[in-house]
Amino acid sequence: MTEPQITLYRLQACPYCERVVRTLNRFGLEYESRYVEPMHSERNVVKRVSGARSVPAIVDRETGVTMSESANIVEYLEGTYGGAATDGGRAADDAATDGGRAVDAEGGA
Amino acid sequence: MPDFDVVSLPETDHVSEGDAAPDFTRPLVNEEYWGDRALDDVVSGPTLLVFHPMDGAFQATYLYNTIDDHGWADDLDVLGLSISSPYAHKRLLAERGEGVRIFSDPGAGVIEEYGVAHDIDGMTGITETRPAVFLLDADRTVEYAWVASEHPEFPDAEAIDDAIDRLVD
Repeated sequence: MTEPQITLYRLQACPYCERVVRTLNRFGLEYESRYVEPMHSERNVVKRVSGARSVPAIVDRETGVTMSESANIVEYLEGTYGGAATDGGRAADDAATDGGRAVDAEGGA
Repeated sequence: MPDFDVVSLPETDHVSEGDAAPDFTRPLVNEEYWGDRALDDVVSGPTLLVFHPMDGAFQATYLYNTIDDHGWADDLDVLGLSISSPYAHKRLLAERGEGVRIFSDPGAGVIEEYGVAHDIDGMTGITETRPAVFLLDADRTVEYAWVASEHPEFPDAEAIDDAIDRLVD
């Protein structure tokens, strides 16, 4: 089994993570899922990898890029693997998902 | 006069010494995260594969205490496997099983394939594993195998120590 180029640190049922997954799938990118501790304070592995405890976080071995925050990741994936812009409705999508942090997923807590 | 019986388990055609341990892919849990792993990718040297009843059963607790007491994880890779969820595995590893990683096999498919399945009397819909220990070398050949034939039964830790000593220089 060859190692997928991208490692995705995620939580079960985390909408921000699913958003990254949708983008990975859209570009047909191979990735390895690592499900981490739901408690923000205990996600030390994510902190070690990315410098912050927020998920989603990805490591792209192909480019050497590590980053967190779903909007940043989606933008990075589109810029790196999307060729021309493929997603017309991104701005509206951003406002809808990242505005309210009801779920303990991305960012603090 | 005590009136009880130790239950004898029926004969089973389980994986045994000289066999190649069947490869499988299941979520593998460590102290920090869990993700799909193939056994073949994880086994890179001498490895102790321990099938244990679900996390929380006293047999599982005793087995992990034995693993810790004998320091097996210092000598080789130790991999557990049970039907419990990854979250249960993480709780277990927070308390014992230093250096151990545990596969999660809730559907008991791996347990069936290894021939160590054990239905719990009076519990519908759960397929458990018999306690079982397989010592593998780097190419997944089984060098030592022990599968419980009674319920409850525990492996002979000294015999496992000896088998590990023979395999690990």
